[in-house]
Amino acid sequence: MSQATAIQDRKPSAGGINSTFLWIEIKRLLRNRRTMIFTVLMPAIFFFIFGLSNKDQLLPNGHSYGQYILISLTVYAAMTAATGAGSQVAVERAQGWSRQLRLTPLLPGAYIAVKAAAALTLSLVAVIAQFVIGALAGVTMDPQIWLTAGLVAWLGSLVFAALGLFVGYLMPSQNVMQILGPALAILAMLGGLFMPIEIMGDTFGQIARFTPAYGIGQLARSPITGEFDAMWILNVLVWLAIFVGGAAMAFRRDTKRV
Amino acid sequence: MTNTAVPAVHLAGLHKSFGKVHAVRGLDLTVQQGEVVAFLGPNGAGKTTTIDMILGLSTPDGGDVAVFGRTPRAAIARGQVAAVMQTGGLLRDISVRETVQLTAAMFDSSRPVDEVLARAGILDIADRRVEKCSGGQQQRLRFAMALVSDPGLLILDEPTTGMDVAGRRDFWSAIRADASRGRTVIFATHYLEEADAYADRIVLVRQGTIVADGTAAQVKNLASGRTVRATLPPGDRDLLAGLPPADRIEYDAGRVTVRTADSDAVVRYLLNNTGAHDLEVVSHNLEEAFVTLTADEPGSDASQNAFEGDRA
Repeated sequence: MSQATAIQDRKPSAGGINSTFLWIEIKRLLRNRRTMIFTVLMPAIFFFIFGLSNKDQLLPNGHSYGQYILISLTVYAAMTAATGAGSQVAVERAQGWSRQLRLTPLLPGAYIAVKAAAALTLSLVAVIAQFVIGALAGVTMDPQIWLTAGLVAWLGSLVFAALGLFVGYLMPSQNVMQILGPALAILAMLGGLFMPIEIMGDTFGQIARFTPAYGIGQLARSPITGEFDAMWILNVLVWLAIFVGGAAMAFRRDTKRV
Repeated sequence: MTNTAVPAVHLAGLHKSFGKVHAVRGLDLTVQQGEVVAFLGPNGAGKTTTIDMILGLSTPDGGDVAVFGRTPRAAIARGQVAAVMQTGGLLRDISVRETVQLTAAMFDSSRPVDEVLARAGILDIADRRVEKCSGGQQQRLRFAMALVSDPGLLILDEPTTGMDVAGRRDFWSAIRADASRGRTVIFATHYLEEADAYADRIVLVRQGTIVADGTAAQVKNLASGRTVRATLPPGDRDLLAGLPPADRIEYDAGRVTVRTADSDAVVRYLLNNTGAHDLEVVSHNLEEAFVTLTADEPGSDASQNAFEGDRA
């Protein structure tokens, strides 16, 4: 090492986003048994409980209830996967890794981008796993419905990756998913992912429309229900803004404190 | 190495308080490039607090920090600084090699991963999960992480805490081999022998300020003086007020202990003017220099030690 190399400028390109970083992050998520239980196993079990028995009942528009519940539970699987991935920052903070990263040139924005990409990878795994289980169980849909519903469930999970980051920065817990797991189940229920909102009753039905899983669920099922409402997109965007804003605020608070 | 280059670290009038505890009180320090400096002091002296400010992990309440002439954050953004912290900073669920790969990925250029694993002496456990590594192995991993970016300045905060004697010796020979390549190294320690054996320069801190700064020999000399002990009849205790200037005078159970730079004058006074007998005169080693220079003044805040204990 010469003195010249010691103090030369060596900022990483793209602020530190690179394939090694992303690949190790993805490996960590796939190795995590707890994450995989929340991501693949639980939604699959829910499908077998709620979906299988009445999968051949028909909705008023001729599509099967099996399609309806499969897409709903796929949204649930994707949101759980993304939240779980995002919330891992709580574990990293508890282990002092976030502090260690502050001793590297890595930019906070690059870190968040890699976390979001890893979360999206895990939610893609969740979507594919759920669709494979559904297809094996005998649910059939047009290719473009699989594709559209899958894309909405997958990309919509970004909202929940932000939620995971937000909560991960707020809580010092190693087991943040033990709190987030039940919370997500409640949000999924309120968002109409476990049962149609129409059967919830008026009050709950009204509340449900403002919860974060509602918009994504309605949009993902849109190809089979044939309905569309711009309010659903607004729901997704508002919740995305709330969670990203919250995560950014919690992150800044976290880096100020030592 | 010339001293005309920009200093690796320049601290001027640094202050930092945590609530009522004034942890760093007007600290000034310049470390030139290529120096190996020990930051020596008892727990609670403000070592970790100062290091956190050099690393930009906390902001001084007053004063300036420059690392290679820039703000700490700017120096870190350029990959010029790396640190081995006391605890934490490791992901438990990945392997030793993955940890170094991941760290290397944060910098635009880095040393080959296996090379730094070998230099840190952990190539043979490269595939072990971090959670399965011993404390000493984790400490070497932190060292490997610091080496991989080939930083101009390496900061180690109590790097051998929890290591056994052999592990500590191996660790320091790795550091020393690395420093001989021209890297600037600053390490905090409360082990005197580490400072004595591995640093070119010792900076002694006490209660947030520097009380001595120089080579090990110079620091020993600073506190050199000697300790004079004698048995003194209780009736002669008042006569101690007439002693020549001394650093410290204690009287306990009939024995008087005087730390002084001029032991001859003290001995002469005791023998000529008091009933003192059974005199001993002892010279200081680095340990006594350390004790003399870092001893808390009577009645100083004990809360500071308790506080540092909480942080550790």
